[in-house]
Amino acid sequence: MVGLTSAQSALSRSIGLSPAPDPIGRLPEPMRIQGDSRAMTTRQLIIRLIVLATAILGLNYIVWRWMVSINWEAWWIAVPLALAETYSLLDSLLFGVTMWRYRQRDTPPVPPPGLTVDVFITTYNEPLDLVMGTARAAKDITYPHRTWILDDGNRPELRAIAEAEGIGWITRSEDWADRPRHAKAGNLNNALLATDGEFMLILDADQVPDPRILDHTLGYFNDRRMALVQTPQVFVNVPPHDPLGSQAPLFYGPIQQGKDGWNAAFFCGSNAILRREALMQLGVMRYVSETELALNKALRTADKVVARARRQLGPGQERLARALSTVAEDLRQVRHELSEGQAIADVTYRFQERVDAVARNLVAEDVAALHAELNSIEGLSRTIDVDGSLAVVDDVALDRLSQRDWSPLGAVETVRVLIDSVNAEKAGEAQAVMPLAIISVTEDMATCMRLHSLGWESAYHHEKLADGLAPEDLDSMLTQRLRWAQGTMQVMFRENPLLQKGLSLAQRLVYLATMWSYLTGFAAVVYLAAPVIYLVLGILPVQSLNNDFFVRLIPFLVVNQILFLVVGRGVKTWRGQQYSLALFPTWIKSVTSAFGNVFLGRDLDFRVTPKTLQARNRLPWHLVRPQLVAMAVLVLAALVGVIRLLLGQGDVLGSSVNFVWIAFDLLILSVVVEAVRYPGFDAWLAAANAGTKNSSTRRKTKDSNRKKAVRP
Amino acid sequence: MIEFNNETLANGVGVIRPVGRLNMVSAPRLGANIDALISDGTVRLVVDLAGTSFIDSSGLGALITGLKKTRQAGGDLRLANPTAQITAVLEMTKLNKVLQPVSSVDGAYS
Repeated sequence: MVGLTSAQSALSRSIGLSPAPDPIGRLPEPMRIQGDSRAMTTRQLIIRLIVLATAILGLNYIVWRWMVSINWEAWWIAVPLALAETYSLLDSLLFGVTMWRYRQRDTPPVPPPGLTVDVFITTYNEPLDLVMGTARAAKDITYPHRTWILDDGNRPELRAIAEAEGIGWITRSEDWADRPRHAKAGNLNNALLATDGEFMLILDADQVPDPRILDHTLGYFNDRRMALVQTPQVFVNVPPHDPLGSQAPLFYGPIQQGKDGWNAAFFCGSNAILRREALMQLGVMRYVSETELALNKALRTADKVVARARRQLGPGQERLARALSTVAEDLRQVRHELSEGQAIADVTYRFQERVDAVARNLVAEDVAALHAELNSIEGLSRTIDVDGSLAVVDDVALDRLSQRDWSPLGAVETVRVLIDSVNAEKAGEAQAVMPLAIISVTEDMATCMRLHSLGWESAYHHEKLADGLAPEDLDSMLTQRLRWAQGTMQVMFRENPLLQKGLSLAQRLVYLATMWSYLTGFAAVVYLAAPVIYLVLGILPVQSLNNDFFVRLIPFLVVNQILFLVVGRGVKTWRGQQYSLALFPTWIKSVTSAFGNVFLGRDLDFRVTPKTLQARNRLPWHLVRPQLVAMAVLVLAALVGVIRLLLGQGDVLGSSVNFVWIAFDLLILSVVVEAVRYPGFDAWLAAANAGTKNSSTRRKTKDSNRKKAVRP
Repeated sequence: MIEFNNETLANGVGVIRPVGRLNMVSAPRLGANIDALISDGTVRLVVDLAGTSFIDSSGLGALITGLKKTRQAGGDLRLANPTAQITAVLEMTKLNKVLQPVSSVDGAYS
């Protein structure tokens, strides 16, 4: 019962929390306030008091729930409900942690002249005019820079247009052929090695930058420890009622500012400026630690392999036995040298040299024996002596016969594989150094967390400096949300923030807060099921709906809501609340598919978010079938509840509470109906213009957006 | 691993077919096969290498030892159907001057 109100907290970018006041997307409320941002303001004090109140009242409620109120006879619904409520309370507490150091930054200093900056526009399959619109705006950015289109689609026509206008064009190098491409992270990593600016601004193809974007943000990098500055993502093709929940003013505002207070402002993939040195350091350090890991693993395997090979030796293979014991000795030597702190590359190089020497000795022995035999064969020796050619097998032949693929050591196939794996080269990847994390389809969060764990800092700059385009249809929107959620879950499974060295406790909790919020799908199912079970079966998951219950729950809900009102300061959170519950099938799928991907090696079934409106013939009701089924079940349950009341079977108080609950669920879920029916921005605008008198202002708005999008 | 599919032809020639990799591990087994045929009185041998994917210096050694033993017993050992890698190894060590492979088992003693 807690959940409907607190699960709204931090579904990060994925859940837009109500529209900005106008479609241009001016951010609500003052951009920054003057004064020392580190000193505690009155506002911050108020937020902290409310966070404390929420925590105390929430813990008071949940402890009572578990200790006293659970109806154990109906444990199969009572326990899931209590778990869901506990989940929601933790969500609320993590939100409180995030807001504790809520921080509004002062205007950064004017950047010094002479910094070198590359502006990257990442594209895969977006229309050329969309990409070029962004590229031209990027070229017009006032601070001196170079503009590059990072074309993962490798389109010659895009290259021609771009280069004709003096805009750089980069596509993947040949190293990437037949190797994992790692989507956008791979695209950026490729470009990092092809450019050399000290800083880089990353823009999605549908984020048209403001000319001042670098002037307003590069100043943060006067701090040598600053690695990243993120600016908001605001979308211009979204109606004020934001039917698809595209805008995220609570995230690009209080939540990011809260994270910023803990030095944990998130990198969100676009509209961000990064310091190359930080990324390269990240890449190199990852390379070293991954090589160390691989080497340790290879050494462990090596001992097993050699031991097994020695066990399998038959009689008459004393030579092989000697060779294997030499290799075993060499492996011990590798460990010894590593423990002395010698460089991995040197150690592995010497190891390979020793193994090569073993192979060469074997070959030399073989060849010597072979010659002795030949010379002792009657009738042959004379021809050989005359010819002389067989008397000496030259070094070239000896070398070739000792090489890994032809060597007698290859007799133990696994030894050969092993030697390859000890080799400190990453043959499987296009680049040895991958500065942007490739462990997740959302490279931004993983990269940012690694930067933070290396001690770098990040900043959130609360000023709209780019005009973005949001998906305009339900299918694209769902694909995008699923991708974000899957990426976040991949990071949670692969590099859980709670286990990362180098992060402060608060940073760990702040990262966890965002990941935690994506688990909401499971709680949502319970919240939808509980009232149905009560009204249809008459089973109450709590012992009784008495004063004890309401006196604990209601104050918590109220304080929790006040927290959101105070934090949001005019930002409406209703759309976000709706989508955090209504997209429960997407959230559940993200968890299960990411789990399957990380632990079972399954495919994520990943699609690139379409940036243009998808053509459609009829309304895509099928995309929200689970939600529609849920709504039907809720309505039926309400009807059954009414009938049971009329028959005198139901409890009036219990039924009433559950009727209200169902009404709330329906109101939440109804957002999908609006989303299915949303025809896209242009069609909505046309309809709105036809239906209202004040169409002229909107028309102007739209035209100015479009003009911006294709600015020459 | 390696397997041997041997047969004796009507003209008394013994055919040894090592299938797999002829290397340091399997070379002694080739020697044992040759020894067995010689002791049965089959001294004219063909090693059919069509199924032999790989040979190393130890494998070569086993072939030469086989050549020596058959010669001592009054017979001979010849090679047929070498794969690309075996041809390369034979050429590199110039052993092809001693053991000139032929392209079929039938052609080995005709």
